[in-house]
Amino acid sequence: MQEFELRASDFGLVLMNPNQLIVGRGTAEHHPMEDFLRMDRMPHIWCSTCGLGTCLTAFIAAVEESTIPREDIVVVSGIGCTGRAAGYLKFDSFHTTHGRAIPYATGLKVANPRLKVCLISGDGDLVSIGGNHLIHAARRNMDMTVICVNNFNYAMTGGQAAPSTPQGAFATTTPYGAFERPFNIPFLVDSCGATYVARWTALHVRQLTISIKEAMLHRGFSFIEVISPCPTVYARRNRLGSGLDLMKFYHDHSITKNFASTRECDIKFQQDIIVGKFVQKDEPTYLDAMDAQMKKTLGAKFVPYVGPMDPGADSGRTKSDART
Amino acid sequence: MKYWRKPLDAERKRAPHGNVHVIFERCKGCGFCIAYCPRQVLEVSDEFNRKGYHPPVVAHPEQCVNCRLCEALCPEFAIWNTLDEQEVEATK
Ligand SMILES: Cc1ncc(C[n+]2csc(CCOP(=O)(O)OP(=O)(O)O)c2C)c(N)n1
Ligand code: SF4
Ligand code: SF4
Ligand code: SF4
Ligand SMILES: [Mg+2]
Repeated sequence: MQEFELRASDFGLVLMNPNQLIVGRGTAEHHPMEDFLRMDRMPHIWCSTCGLGTCLTAFIAAVEESTIPREDIVVVSGIGCTGRAAGYLKFDSFHTTHGRAIPYATGLKVANPRLKVCLISGDGDLVSIGGNHLIHAARRNMDMTVICVNNFNYAMTGGQAAPSTPQGAFATTTPYGAFERPFNIPFLVDSCGATYVARWTALHVRQLTISIKEAMLHRGFSFIEVISPCPTVYARRNRLGSGLDLMKFYHDHSITKNFASTRECDIKFQQDIIVGKFVQKDEPTYLDAMDAQMKKTLGAKFVPYVGPMDPGADSGRTKSDART
Repeated sequence: MKYWRKPLDAERKRAPHGNVHVIFERCKGCGFCIAYCPRQVLEVSDEFNRKGYHPPVVAHPEQCVNCRLCEALCPEFAIWNTLDEQEVEATK
């Protein structure tokens, strides 16, 4: 079917548009992403060939390309290897308790609707202990961007099985192979009402950057699953090699199907992975729905809340259109 | 570079040239940049850095087209590119 085989090294040309800037312009002495990182915390704790650092570069590039003012962006993480992201990014960032990144982010959004609330957290954090928060944020179409890094296990605590561990994979808590049915995470959030859903792997940096940018500019609950290598625990226990071997696996086994039905996006152990942007639709957000209902019931008496008062202004409610 | 077909504007256009910068001590030797550079600019160095990894060496600097894929893939923020402005001037 395919007319020619792409070598791994040709993939760069497919991924990159050379005319497109990634992040600003560095100089010979200065890495352009350092401006977005807390360099006093570097080097980060992530293992060699872990994909998490690559997820951060995609996030930083997306922020830069979105042109959203930096002071409007907040980053929230839960606990885990992925959860370290908030601590490394030089934004107003919050490292919350395990599983509670979404409630925390919801509070931030409701208290100050002007904020662009972004979450970066792991599959265990968001889908396991935080699963209930996830489904309700999706149901409410809460205006936030969730980047869920799926490495198929609880990496930080030594590789226990997660609700994302594929059947047949080994983990510390499944020494004879996982047998539970895992979540198909895009399908989960789609069926709960998420209005933007995408999945990429850590190798698809360019597409991932574009998706994160789109998600940040999207009004409503946007969700991106990033399949990322965890060489130290998941890959080692399953004898899958290094992170580079997994990147090569993603290269050979990712099938891009934009707007594929999320129902068909199950991940089976070491089989083809369907990636792409699956859902993008406009629907009233939680705050839109609240305002509409209040207006209906209270009429002219209702004054919509637009966020904390701007200290520089005389009449408080200045950034009135900020929610759009 | 091998083209699948000759681009129609191949005479008029020239790929940009980039300079590659590597922070030797920051690299954790994952090899992403080396494996996915579309122009095979990078190779594994023989030397170890202080962490015990083999960072990339810029073996073919003249080949770099400033696509910045190595920069985007590097999990350690250890490699980045700058456009060779002199080259841009010369081709104008
Ligand atoms: C309430 C609570 N329960 C359990 C833990 C232990 N714990 C820390 S990280 C983690 C799992 C993280 O998994 P994931 O979110 O997938 O992140 P990863 O490390 O894989 O990136 C667990 C169970 C905790 N810190 N707090
Ligand atoms: S344990 Fe796994 S997920 Fe955590 S830093 Fe190491 S490779 Fe990455
Ligand atoms: S910018 Fe592109 S061509 Fe240059 S070294 Fe990096 S990946 Fe290779
Ligand atoms: S991608 Fe970065 S960390 Fe990995 S080998 Fe290249 S320079 Fe080193
Ligand atoms: Mg995980």
